[in-house]
Amino acid sequence: MPAPRGPGVAFIFKKALISALVALVLFSLMIGIRTEAGPNGQLIYWTRFGDLAAMVATVFGGSIVMELLRQWWGPVGTVKVIPPSVQAGLAVARRAIAPVLLIFTFLVPVIFYNQRYILDLGILVLTYVMLGWGLNVVVGLAGLLDLGYVAFYAVGAYSYALLATNFGLSFWVCLPLAGILAACWGVMLGFPVLRLRGDYLAIVTLAFGEIIRLVIINWQSLTGGPNGVSGIPRPTLFGIPLAPGPDGLSARLGIEFSPTHRIVFLFYLILALALLTNWVTIRLRRLPIGRAWEALREDEVACRALGINTTTTKLTAFATGAMFGGFAGAFFATRQGFISPESFTFQESALVLAIVVLGGMGSQLGVALAALTMIGGFELFRGLEQYRMLVFGLAMVLLMIWRPRGLIGHRAPTVFLRHSQAISSELAREGRG
Amino acid sequence: MSSDSILAVDHLSMRFGGIVAVNDLSFAAERGKITALIGPNGAGKTTVFNCITGFYRRTSGTMRLTHEDGRAIQLERLNDFRISKQARVARTFQNIRLFPGMTALENLMVAQHNALMRASGLTLIGLIGAPSWRAAEKRAIDRATLWLDRIGLSDRADDAAGNLPYGDQRRLEIARAMCTEPALLCLDEPAAGLNARESAGLSELLLSIRADHGTSILLIEHDMSVVMEISDHVVVMDYGVKIAEGTPQQVRDDPRVIAAYLGADEQEAIAVMEGGT
Repeated sequence: MPAPRGPGVAFIFKKALISALVALVLFSLMIGIRTEAGPNGQLIYWTRFGDLAAMVATVFGGSIVMELLRQWWGPVGTVKVIPPSVQAGLAVARRAIAPVLLIFTFLVPVIFYNQRYILDLGILVLTYVMLGWGLNVVVGLAGLLDLGYVAFYAVGAYSYALLATNFGLSFWVCLPLAGILAACWGVMLGFPVLRLRGDYLAIVTLAFGEIIRLVIINWQSLTGGPNGVSGIPRPTLFGIPLAPGPDGLSARLGIEFSPTHRIVFLFYLILALALLTNWVTIRLRRLPIGRAWEALREDEVACRALGINTTTTKLTAFATGAMFGGFAGAFFATRQGFISPESFTFQESALVLAIVVLGGMGSQLGVALAALTMIGGFELFRGLEQYRMLVFGLAMVLLMIWRPRGLIGHRAPTVFLRHSQAISSELAREGRG
Repeated sequence: MSSDSILAVDHLSMRFGGIVAVNDLSFAAERGKITALIGPNGAGKTTVFNCITGFYRRTSGTMRLTHEDGRAIQLERLNDFRISKQARVARTFQNIRLFPGMTALENLMVAQHNALMRASGLTLIGLIGAPSWRAAEKRAIDRATLWLDRIGLSDRADDAAGNLPYGDQRRLEIARAMCTEPALLCLDEPAAGLNARESAGLSELLLSIRADHGTSILLIEHDMSVVMEISDHVVVMDYGVKIAEGTPQQVRDDPRVIAAYLGADEQEAIAVMEGGT
């Protein structure tokens, strides 16, 4: 297909010049001049015209490249002809990506046994995968925008920490309790926001997240306030501690103790919890309750006309999402051994929500990929030091331009007669409340 | 009022602030019959529908739904989803309200929500995949397939509802309402936007629903060919009040109806009025 003839060279240069000029004005003060307080308190400054010139040149060149790319790509909505062989290959790759990712995840502790950093990062990524999958029930399936998800994470973490330190209950007893308590809080949040939609719902959930955090900070006698809770027991392998000593797992197995054992155990623990979340969510989607969640996202009025109790449907979505958040919170507490309100700020809610949105609302694989991109990518850019946030933000913006509906931009039907065909997310609604 | 009416609307009024949308309206819909509610734009037909199906809370009056076993339900005492769940009144919307991002089959599965919820033991039995749940799910799929066949959409079962042509969406919405197994089916302008051939197909579908399921139908419609062809009883509204009712033939010849309806064609209306009095 020949590319349609776009505007000429003069147009491209003019556009690039304008962009460069804007960049020059914007960056002349931000990058061109650097100020700092001198040793005696006076203001000293020095110029960085070299950096400024490089920046403007980059914008100029980038603008030309963008325009050329746009002309090559053609107008919006142009259908690109992809050879069938390539299409088939892509389809296979798409189907293979989930199992390959899963097998790789299982092998991570084996491959990177001696690299503590990678294992810790893996645990962190999996924690966010689990949180993303939990929030996906509320935001992706039921279409209820929740900006206070971290509240349930906090409830789970503090439930385990307080039950374990005060009553000496084990992790495996506390885990379901933390989930149940978080689910109760999910219902408590759900009740007042039943009638709210869209922006209003988002604001109230945001406030809920802050309320929980402020209560934790100020209820010093119970939660220890800003000092947090320390000395939280480490998890045990069903009663066998992963510690040195005669009772420890290593002693019983007759192998030498290594602190890595605990890290590997934690890795598989969070992997199991995340996979449980995934399995339950996939099952629920195929049950009437899951279909009702998605129908609620699509059209609440039609749901009521079909006799669906929208109140209980919304509350179960909140409760289910909160329960998984609670499990993740209990895991977080046992991994850290110390928790404080600082870990449960709005930043965390925003990050988890970004993972869900970036992944493609409702897509399990998308959320996993997005968590890997967001958490892993953020670590990847560590070498860039002060420019890390800038590059990361830019990457996010480009990603959303490239895939406005998230990494996985389609939803899979929950039931089919002959063949399951993916539905483009452009048809699916995002939900208004 | 007939003793075998499925729905008896009695002195129904609906006010929005100072505006009286429906004023002291009484009519009955007979069991197993098709009752049409017609009237010019703004006559208050959809408001009546919204009162019956619980989307509005009526200002005054009663709406009694009598099931075949003699059980009577006062609709004004139920709200939103309970009208569909307990009174088994289903409805469609003037502007189609399907779930566009779900497949045609999924749309029909969502309609069977309450039956499936019971079968899945409020999710718990379903979560472990018990055989009783799987059988119930299979029955639900069979029912949905049956309805897809009836509306001629079985080969598009796995397509997104939002991708279907307009006429198919209209029929799918009716099928979805029928999947709730209603005693009374309320259709809000089902023929709107359909061409003549599609309208004829719709008439056939509605007649077959009445014949095969004994479902009573209450219908708002502007397309007079559909109304005259399939209705057993017609209620005419204008400015929130009932101005006439009777068989299609009676209504068609009623001078008040002609005056209200053919407002554009005043000369003829006046001529009919003068001829009548």
